[in-house]
Amino acid sequence: MSFRLSRLIVLLSLLGSMLALNLSAAAELQLGDLMRQLAQTRTARASFVEQKFIGMLDKPVESSGELSFTAPDQLEKRTLQPKPEAIILRGNELTLERGKRVLRASLLEFPDAAVFVESIRATLAGDQHALEAVWRVELDGSLARWTLRLTPLASNAYVNRIRIAGVRGEVRQIEIEQHDGDRSLMNITRLSAP
Amino acid sequence: MPGTALAFLRRKPALLIWLASVLACLLVVLHTQFVADMSAFLPRNPDAEQRMLVEQLRDGTVARLMIIGIEGADAPARHRSSRALAASLRASQAFITVQNGEAAMLERDRAFYFNNRYLLSPAVTPERFSSEGLRSAISDSLDNLSGTTGMLLKSLLARDPTGETLNLIDDLQQQGGPRLAEGVWVSRDDSRALLLVQTRAAGSDTDGLAEAMQIIETRFKSSRSDPALRMVITGAGVFSVHSRDEIKAECTRLAGLSTLFVIILLLSVYRSLRLLALGMLPVASGALVGVTAVSLGFGNVHGLTLGFGTTLIGEAVDYAIYYFVQARHGSSEAAGQRRFWRTVSIGVLTSICGFAALLVSGFPGLAQLGLYSIGGLLAAVLVTRYVLPALLPAKLAMRDIRPLGARMARVAQQLVRLRGLLLALIIAAAALLLLRHGEIWNHSISALNPVPLAAQELDGQLRAELGAPDARFLLALNVADQQAALVAAEQLDPQLQKLVEQGLLAGYETPLRMLPSLATQSRRQAALPDAASLRSRLDSALQGLPLRADKLQGFIDDVAATRARAPLQRSDLDGTASALAFDAMVVQRSSGYSLLLPLRAPAAGIDAAAVRQALGTAQMPGLLLIDLRDQAETLYQRYLNEAITLSAWGLLAVILVIALSLRSLPRLLRVMLPLAGSVVLVMAGLLLSGHSLSILHLIGLLLTVAIGSNYALFFDQSGAQDAPEMQQRTLVSLVLANLSTVVGFGLLGSSSVSVLAALGVTVGPGALLSLLLAAAFAQQPDKTS
Repeated sequence: MSFRLSRLIVLLSLLGSMLALNLSAAAELQLGDLMRQLAQTRTARASFVEQKFIGMLDKPVESSGELSFTAPDQLEKRTLQPKPEAIILRGNELTLERGKRVLRASLLEFPDAAVFVESIRATLAGDQHALEAVWRVELDGSLARWTLRLTPLASNAYVNRIRIAGVRGEVRQIEIEQHDGDRSLMNITRLSAP
Repeated sequence: MPGTALAFLRRKPALLIWLASVLACLLVVLHTQFVADMSAFLPRNPDAEQRMLVEQLRDGTVARLMIIGIEGADAPARHRSSRALAASLRASQAFITVQNGEAAMLERDRAFYFNNRYLLSPAVTPERFSSEGLRSAISDSLDNLSGTTGMLLKSLLARDPTGETLNLIDDLQQQGGPRLAEGVWVSRDDSRALLLVQTRAAGSDTDGLAEAMQIIETRFKSSRSDPALRMVITGAGVFSVHSRDEIKAECTRLAGLSTLFVIILLLSVYRSLRLLALGMLPVASGALVGVTAVSLGFGNVHGLTLGFGTTLIGEAVDYAIYYFVQARHGSSEAAGQRRFWRTVSIGVLTSICGFAALLVSGFPGLAQLGLYSIGGLLAAVLVTRYVLPALLPAKLAMRDIRPLGARMARVAQQLVRLRGLLLALIIAAAALLLLRHGEIWNHSISALNPVPLAAQELDGQLRAELGAPDARFLLALNVADQQAALVAAEQLDPQLQKLVEQGLLAGYETPLRMLPSLATQSRRQAALPDAASLRSRLDSALQGLPLRADKLQGFIDDVAATRARAPLQRSDLDGTASALAFDAMVVQRSSGYSLLLPLRAPAAGIDAAAVRQALGTAQMPGLLLIDLRDQAETLYQRYLNEAITLSAWGLLAVILVIALSLRSLPRLLRVMLPLAGSVVLVMAGLLLSGHSLSILHLIGLLLTVAIGSNYALFFDQSGAQDAPEMQQRTLVSLVLANLSTVVGFGLLGSSSVSVLAALGVTVGPGALLSLLLAAAFAQQPDKTS
């Protein structure tokens, strides 16, 4: 139930991103370099707007809210519109809060969903090893504007393809495509640290 | 040879009767069921609340639940082991359900709720299926679709656009549960993996439960990947299996040991194997008759009755000792014989009076003890009186006990001189008891619980980790059938919801989530529009929404199918985890059904009076709010109070019998003083050593009086009329008898079964004190001074 909870963004530290910019200006961007950039971020907060394109519906449904990430494995997604809910992932423990209801589950109960959540989390954490364990990873662009394309190595029940786009150590967009062609597109805007 | 044996028997009709009786008893004993559950300690004629408690303990779902914890090794190994064990147990016929948190288990439940959503959902009303109702429900579902779980929910939209499945499953999952790690239940700190199984065997079927535990143990061992993994198991059924095993083992061990001691003791005095064997005849016959009597009278024999029975060895052997040492070896004149048997008869009669009081007890456990003792003692004394003489050789070759007797007589004289000191001690002990009378009795039911404290703590721990409801408060109602139970649950529901809103309850379980009454189901069917109306209402409901009615054909079909289908029955739940929950709440009884709704207490606990008052408005006669713990405590206190009262009557009967047979107030006082003195001293001793007395201590005191009365009577008789040599013989026989009793009960005092130990520490010292005090006080003054 929880795999979507990971559309999370990380913001790179200012110092880190400047360093990265200097280093990678000339050469083609290597996955290892991007991962190191992403790994610099220990905590980050962002706002998001998400659209879901569902075949049954005439137009996409939209939601918005806030995201936060704390390295290495804590993700939180708080939807504010149109219906408030929160979904929190700590390690493998998943919590879904909707109104007064609180549901708890384990990622390990849903292996396919776990693979998918792990892709987002590994990206945010800059964990190349974890990412490449289950995904074929293609990287395009420069550090100033990069795109990661993830395809599952083993067939996955939920996801056909994931596209993550970003600028330096900052993830800006996540697109998840399902087998039936339905997809969700999430645009992310970094919030300055409080 | 057979001819001579037959002729022998013809000459001795007592032997023939005895042999026939032994055979008959053996037949009965072989077909006897031995039990060790708590049922023997529950009243025979319970009131409605107690009957509920008894049934829950015997056959309720709670009695069939076992909680398994897997410890040791590392977390992944524990989680793997949990999955392997669960899979293995699910394949076994011995278990109705095996849960360890794995989602796969709930697949059937999910399918059940999805397929039957329009019969199960309380939201299904005519309003919800009007245009406006549909529009609001579908808008809500679209909002949900935009949420985090939206991509999962979209598969439901075509067939369930009003979101009934989500409501039902949310309701279910709200009930919470233990923590999950790697998909299996674990304790909060993940130091244990947890499984919950329900046995097919009922709580009263101790053999079946033992078999189930054996299966769990074997499969755990064969399925674990790491030998460092350990298993703990708890539950009401586990307790009854363990206590039965332990009582069985203890009885065998203690009976063996005390028999061995008594054999050594007697052999050292008798110096004759034949005499020894003969001396055991009354003991064996007594135990056999005791078990037979209980089996015939009660239909089963409780383990504790048997445990108690081992102590009968200590008393029944006395009769043979008295007979060999006093009657056969002493004056063979008819008058002496008559006097001997008269004394023994009075002794037996007093013992029977003491135990007869227990017979009328409303608690089968107490009554069993009473019947066992009476049957056993009567048989022992009859065998001594009529069978032993027929088997004894004309001349007994026994060790010369005169020197021993002379030494004992001197000790007895010393005791007589200590009368003042002993009397002072008794008075001091009595004063102590008066002063601290409030602390003497242990009024808590735990005193009766044969389950060791450590096991109780483990049980509490696992239960808390599993988040299992403590099932302390139940709302109970007896009804004619399943439908009536569901209708009653529906009538109660508004009141219960109000109680939850008011904060008087944290929540409650109800079977309605899984199976509403037939009336409610057909009301919901009637609320559903036909296909044509539904389609036209959808057209207007979806105006302005991003969904077209032609995408919802699945919904229209499902609604039409629900309108036409037969209502849900209990059998539709078969194979789901919800069936277990349902059967725990709608319970089939020998006649009719019980509705049992477990209540969850708010943090402050349940205010039973307030809840009762609020439910009083439900106008439901026979509705009970049961506090199971309170019930159990009350029950035990009644039990203890009854036993104390009955013992007092028994004591009165003892005094009466002795008074009638002695017909002399001073002699009565001399006989009674040692008995009262030893009871008082034992009670004071237990109090000072930190014991508070349970019902088993009380039975022990009763037994002390029964045994002690023999001593006192013999001292009284022998002092009155006998020559010094005969007095010495009496003395030797009493000391021998006493030693065997003290050994038997002393061993019992060392038992790890607390209830057996309670008997031991009471009767062991009590018997010794009775003899010493009888020597000091019961001898007639004209001969001893």
